[in-house]
Amino acid sequence: MALIHLAIFLPVIAAILIAIVYRYVKDVHLGWFALIVPAAIAAYLFTLIPTVSNDGPLHYTLNLMPRIGMNFDVYIDGLGLLFAILISGIGTLVVLYSIGYLSKSERLGNFYVYLLIFMTAMLGVVLSDNVLMLYFFWELTSISSFLLIAFWYKKDKSIYGAQKSLLITFFGGFMMLGGFIVLYIITGTLSIREMIANVDLVIDSNLAPLAVVLVLLGAFTKSAQFPFYIWLPDAMEAPTPVSAYLHSATMVKAGLYLVARFTPVFAFSELWVWLILLVGLFTLLWASFNAVKQDDLKGVLAFSTVSQLGLIMSLLGAGGLAVNSGANESIFTVAVVAAVFHIINHATFKGALFMIAGILDHETGTRSIRKLGGLLTIMPITFTMTIITALSMAGLPPFNGFLSKELFLEAMFELSNANFSVLADWSVLFPILAIVGSIFTFVYSIKLIHGVFLGDRTHETPKEPHEAPALMLISPIILSALVVIFGLFPNILSQTIIDPAAMSILATDTQLNTEISHWHGFNNPALWATIAIVVVGLALYLFRHSWMFIYDYHKEQFTLNYLYDQGLIYSQLGSKKATDGVMTGFLRDYMVYIFGFFVVFGIITTFFTGLPIDFDNYSEIGIQDVVLVIIILISLFIIMMTRSRMVSIIMLGAIGYSMALFFAFFRAPDLALTQLAIETVTTTLFLVCFYHLPKKSKHEEAVGFKFTNFMISVGVGAIVILFGLAAYSNRLFESISKYHIENVYELAAGGNMVNVILVDFRGYDTLFETLVFGIAGIGIYALMKAKVKGKDDDNEEHA
Amino acid sequence: MELVTIILAGILVASATYLILSKSVLRIIIGVSVLSHGVHLLILTMGQLKRGNIPVLEDSVSSYTDPLPQALILTAIVISFALTAYSLILLLQNYKELDTDNTEDMKGVPHGD
Repeated sequence: MALIHLAIFLPVIAAILIAIVYRYVKDVHLGWFALIVPAAIAAYLFTLIPTVSNDGPLHYTLNLMPRIGMNFDVYIDGLGLLFAILISGIGTLVVLYSIGYLSKSERLGNFYVYLLIFMTAMLGVVLSDNVLMLYFFWELTSISSFLLIAFWYKKDKSIYGAQKSLLITFFGGFMMLGGFIVLYIITGTLSIREMIANVDLVIDSNLAPLAVVLVLLGAFTKSAQFPFYIWLPDAMEAPTPVSAYLHSATMVKAGLYLVARFTPVFAFSELWVWLILLVGLFTLLWASFNAVKQDDLKGVLAFSTVSQLGLIMSLLGAGGLAVNSGANESIFTVAVVAAVFHIINHATFKGALFMIAGILDHETGTRSIRKLGGLLTIMPITFTMTIITALSMAGLPPFNGFLSKELFLEAMFELSNANFSVLADWSVLFPILAIVGSIFTFVYSIKLIHGVFLGDRTHETPKEPHEAPALMLISPIILSALVVIFGLFPNILSQTIIDPAAMSILATDTQLNTEISHWHGFNNPALWATIAIVVVGLALYLFRHSWMFIYDYHKEQFTLNYLYDQGLIYSQLGSKKATDGVMTGFLRDYMVYIFGFFVVFGIITTFFTGLPIDFDNYSEIGIQDVVLVIIILISLFIIMMTRSRMVSIIMLGAIGYSMALFFAFFRAPDLALTQLAIETVTTTLFLVCFYHLPKKSKHEEAVGFKFTNFMISVGVGAIVILFGLAAYSNRLFESISKYHIENVYELAAGGNMVNVILVDFRGYDTLFETLVFGIAGIGIYALMKAKVKGKDDDNEEHA
Repeated sequence: MELVTIILAGILVASATYLILSKSVLRIIIGVSVLSHGVHLLILTMGQLKRGNIPVLEDSVSSYTDPLPQALILTAIVISFALTAYSLILLLQNYKELDTDNTEDMKGVPHGD
């Protein structure tokens, strides 16, 4: 138990207190109380930076379930610390922003409780060393995200979005758990550090591809990669602070964290790096292309988030690829540094952009770009922030997005020069995909600025627009300032945060001494690529009306959303149909299933094991036995064929008495006696029932012959005969009755062996058989009483 | 003899199956009774038939029929009787309430009609 454990669980503890405070304090906005928590955690984490960057990672253990190895091990290295600072830092700003954004009439108690639970979950994800704890916190983020998306639960769209994100991220989470279990099977440990130390075992194992695919499914669903990105645009129904926090800066980066964390374990695998690289690049292209057509501000930002996550993912893949192919180390380092740097940059500018979208929504009443326009003079501060953050997103100097995008393009160009065994001829595709994706990024960034703030002032907004209150502006201002500061002085980050994070992704102790600079000289292809992006992007935006029609070709039926919706509908319909088809509600059908399975498995058993039957060791057949068999067979035949209930009851009695005679012939006097008595009583009972039955019954009118029933019956009978013969032919041991016979007098002082067995050797059977009898009696009594009473009540009502 | 009783037991079970698959509740109960007869016969057969004397201790006799299956069957007879009696009363009350003994008509009939 260390301070860091407390820090991780501080938000949850605070959530409990806040739920209490919410009941009693109504005057002060609840957010002020919540604000303390992330601020305190952020401050604490900042003090750890020098320790981690100079002295290496910190490690604390807290035993929860040592027997199964589920311990809450906290491991603070550069990567974990970077994410933890992002989570707590942006968390602070988001809580501050939400104080202005949410009015006191909302259910603030719920909001902050969910948000703080989410904060704990996220901190747990990035600081856990134990994969089971990682999984625990991972699902906690899904659950709290679900609650936050459905915060306005009276809107259908919120519920839809929440359900969708839950289904998709839970699917991925489960797969990831499977991957962890496979890893545990391979390495024998649940600790990520020990897995990295035992990477040789993973390399040698043929289970590794399975683990790769499963872990990546978890990462791709959480980080909204193609084709799992569809939940993120629908998650925009959440309140904007939530979108800014969860769906741009923190939760969606959990998948990136996972990939970065497991890079040292899996980077040897070609499957891992190619999957990440290609899925990331395709997501970048696809989402940036789709972002351009969005009309809703948050829609643009959602697709933009997806595409930027794809960008970071592809960089992580490029980093892994270098390790895998043994190509020169510099690509690796550049790609990893670019990934880490862009994680920071994206968190700053995308968080700010979401808050800006929230401000616009709040102050104008709409988020539709078509309805907004010409707000430059009315909202100058918001406009300035938008310029800074959107241009950073587009990748223009002097903002931080420019630097990371340059690094990204550089890494992609390097990748195209390197010679790889797989896809060697196609490696020129990487920079092309990256550049095309960046062009669309540029287009939608410009669209954001131009569509909202420039041009003519539209008057379609539901509210008269005006500048936002200071409380809502503080957080985006701080984030925009960070965009500028990181853009101008990137090296304040490089030694302190980026290097330790990159080193933990590389799993190395060598100091990287990264220097990030704006100017790389004219020889750098990334520079020309940026210029090309700007030129083509501007051209595309200016002539947007002449090519936007291509989006019309993407019909509704071909979207992944349609696929998801139809999949959901058909899985429900399908299971309903399957249930309705099998569960007919008719007793006969269920009996057919039961007997059918008996026959089928009987046949299968016979077929595969064979039933050794020999025809020795039978006793002689007497004439009286033959007579009895014939009587029974005739009686059975009459029962089956007759239309009269009376006849079948009498024939049943005939069978019973024949059985009693059999018992007598087979030297079982007690059985014969009991059978006679019982059969008499049973027949009487049947007749009593018969007397009370209605005069006419369908049963009496027709007893049809059913061929399927007949076949099933023959099958069951045949199986019983086969098994009976086989059992009789293969007597493996002597009967234990010898003991009973020898000791019946010495031990139990009785001569009648059957009776002694019943009451002495096996008395318990008899005890509970008596109980069965008693219960049946009580049941019959209750049945008759209850029904009679019911009838009386009815009569009284009618009278 | 055992060959005959095993086959007879099989025929009893087959007939019982056919009866249980019918629509009338009375036939189903008759089927269950027939089934129990078949099973009792099978248990007895498994203990071998007609070997030795009746299982009552006598000084002059050294070989007895296996008493254990008989004890088991005795228990089973009583239990199957309890079951038959209970299901018969259930059938009776069902008749009074629903006025039918057809299992297919019993599906979804509202209570009290």
